[in-house]
Amino acid sequence: MNYLPGQTWSSQPAQHHHQFASASYNTDPSAHTSQPIVTGTSVIAIRFKDGVMMATDTLASYGSLARFMDIKRIEKVGENTILGASGDMSDWQYVQHTLDKLMLREQNENDGHILSPSQIYAYLARVMYNRRSKMDPIWNSFVLAGVDPKDGSPFLGYVDLLGTTYSASTIATGFGLHLAQPLLRKAVEGREDQIEEEEAKRILEECMKVLFYRDARSLNRFVIATVTKEGSKISEPYSVPTSWGFAEMLRGYGPQTQ
Amino acid sequence: MFRNTYDSDNTVFSPQGRLHQVEYALEAVKQGSAVVGLRSKTHAILVALKRAPSELASYQKKMLRIDNHMGIGFAGLTSDARVLSNYMRQLALSSRLLYSRPLPISRVVNALADRAQLNTMQYGKRPYGVGFLIIGVDSTGPHLYEFSPTGNCFEYHAMSLGARSQSAKTYLERNYEKFQDADLDKLILHGLYALRDTLQQNKDLELDQVSLSIVGPGADADSNTPAARTGEKFKIIDGEALRRWMDMMEPKQIPGSTTTAAASSAAGANSGADQGGEGGASTSGEVQPMEE
Amino acid sequence: MASQGTGYDLSASTYSPDGRIFQIEYAAKAVENAGTVIAIRTKEGVVIAVEKLVQSKLLVPGSNRRIFNIDRHIGAASAGLIADGRHLAERARDEAVNYRDTYRHPTPLKALADRVGLYVQAYTLYSSVRPFGISTILAGIDDVRGPQIFMVEPSGVFWGYNGCAIGKGKQLAKTEIEKLDLGSLTLSQAVEEAAKIIYKVHDEAKDKEFELEMSWIGPETDGKHQLVPDELRKEAARKAKEALDDEMED
Repeated sequence: MNYLPGQTWSSQPAQHHHQFASASYNTDPSAHTSQPIVTGTSVIAIRFKDGVMMATDTLASYGSLARFMDIKRIEKVGENTILGASGDMSDWQYVQHTLDKLMLREQNENDGHILSPSQIYAYLARVMYNRRSKMDPIWNSFVLAGVDPKDGSPFLGYVDLLGTTYSASTIATGFGLHLAQPLLRKAVEGREDQIEEEEAKRILEECMKVLFYRDARSLNRFVIATVTKEGSKISEPYSVPTSWGFAEMLRGYGPQTQ
Repeated sequence: MFRNTYDSDNTVFSPQGRLHQVEYALEAVKQGSAVVGLRSKTHAILVALKRAPSELASYQKKMLRIDNHMGIGFAGLTSDARVLSNYMRQLALSSRLLYSRPLPISRVVNALADRAQLNTMQYGKRPYGVGFLIIGVDSTGPHLYEFSPTGNCFEYHAMSLGARSQSAKTYLERNYEKFQDADLDKLILHGLYALRDTLQQNKDLELDQVSLSIVGPGADADSNTPAARTGEKFKIIDGEALRRWMDMMEPKQIPGSTTTAAASSAAGANSGADQGGEGGASTSGEVQPMEE
Repeated sequence: MASQGTGYDLSASTYSPDGRIFQIEYAAKAVENAGTVIAIRTKEGVVIAVEKLVQSKLLVPGSNRRIFNIDRHIGAASAGLIADGRHLAERARDEAVNYRDTYRHPTPLKALADRVGLYVQAYTLYSSVRPFGISTILAGIDDVRGPQIFMVEPSGVFWGYNGCAIGKGKQLAKTEIEKLDLGSLTLSQAVEEAAKIIYKVHDEAKDKEFELEMSWIGPETDGKHQLVPDELRKEAARKAKEALDDEMED
């Protein structure tokens, strides 16, 4: 704060805090998050004719234990944006709080400036990169989806615990990156402006089923969220029927050893 | 020594609940040369009078760019303006870095005012001795704000600051209803006429003395998009480039003179400089008290 | 004034021999000269109304707002030095966020008023700062105590109110608020009554122009603190002017 000995003035606003901190500093080793504890699995999302659509299941696992069956992994951020999370669920709750504070700050201003989806995404990406640079990552992969209320343009972006970012018309995290992404690309790429809401929902449900069959940390209880120019809506969780008939003749796992 | 008991520092209220030090800081703004700001539906502009501290010196800058979509004109202590504009630039940059968003004009103005407010209530500080007119374009259109040492900021259709700015204000109040729909050339001419009204009776505007800045539609466009190429970003125009508009002006009627055009010379030299240092010392040595 | 010239009135950290701190009283003077601000509490919610004195016709109407959002469920308005009002609103926002950080819950109004009061009081303790030249009304709804109003004075003291007025017209405004039956008023009616009071206390002889600024919180706003919508505010202003004209004729 004081740049020269005896200098009592500064061109910076007075910082009331931290003035006497760092007089002695802590030399103890500090421990940071080195693994997730309670986790959510894949998030998948696609663009379609009227906007963007996203799906997750409602499970939060404690290791391999299906611990919490009714967890929300998609949340609204303002009116035109939704955020889906996989990875550590307590970090996810922290990020929700952080973004809620961001939106509160913006709403307080009430000056006609509303953060667009891509701007919220930029902020989230800075937060994620900042934390990984402190070697204290927020242990999630996020998909942020929205429609710009001004020009109606859709936005779909990915950001993870390393601060890696990219935008695409189909996005998946976690197991979905391996299992669902190829299916989504095949179904969506090049057809973004033709896919109706019903078809988009069908594509996502198909992929969620595939994930349920193959991903041992998943559930057949889904939430689907949609953002269009009119705003965002998040569905109630619903279960889909599955059939395991095909597994009858399979050998190599479960009770049938031979 | 002091004019009254309650005006020696800014942590003392007068019995009437006034802050004399803050009011004196407003006087410092009036010592600076005039700046005029105007706004139409599409554009916001500033025009200002520059002063040269001596005949051998160049004219003092009256305007600064803050970002692509925003800039300021100022009157008062130039060094305070440089500190505060640096702060504004930092805010503008962090907004781009953190949100990929050109900083909304109202937000930077409020941040500036909040910072100036602190200087009106802490011992050992003095209120800033500079006033700004801030113009900019953001997603809610073009804007013009005034920032003052009191820590207040107000949005205006048109405003003027600095020496003899009351005359410009009179012009603006008479004409501001026309500004909304004026095209850019008209708006600039209105600005120049208002600025000319701040001159003494026997003076006319001179090319070298005038500074103009413009910001218009698309100035706030994302620099990665094609829209940014056509955007009318904040720019300051000086010298020959101004002649176009100067020539469009109707000549000033100077009483007792048969010639009407810009005949006077070195008008900048005898009107004193925008104060340079903290002490407000100008090198010209012949600063005239500017009657308001 | 007996305080002047004694030397006991030059610092917030000085008592006069009879135990007064004149600097706080002088700060209160800044409030008394300011445009009137009132708040009214009904069963359903709260209304804030501000007599925003307009110094120049070059100002953009509706800009330079005087009522601030503090949290989604709280609003604030100050009378006095406008810049001090912004400072304190910013502090109140920080306190509201701090409460959220700690408890993950929106702040109760009283807890916020308490913190804001402490902050203001700290500026009455030292010669190195001056007191705030404002009185601030905090109004909002919380889920335990419903609609509430608090008013913080330059001394840092604060009380809860059913109706409250600060600034130039506070005496007349208080009298007018006392005439209202706050128990049976709906929120929309309160908006109209608040507008009437602001129009009534406005002194046309002394201050030429003013703008009526109003905010509300209640069922109509889904429990959020918001500016009263333009049409509604204009309608309330129209009725207020009518009522004023009728009164003149009598």
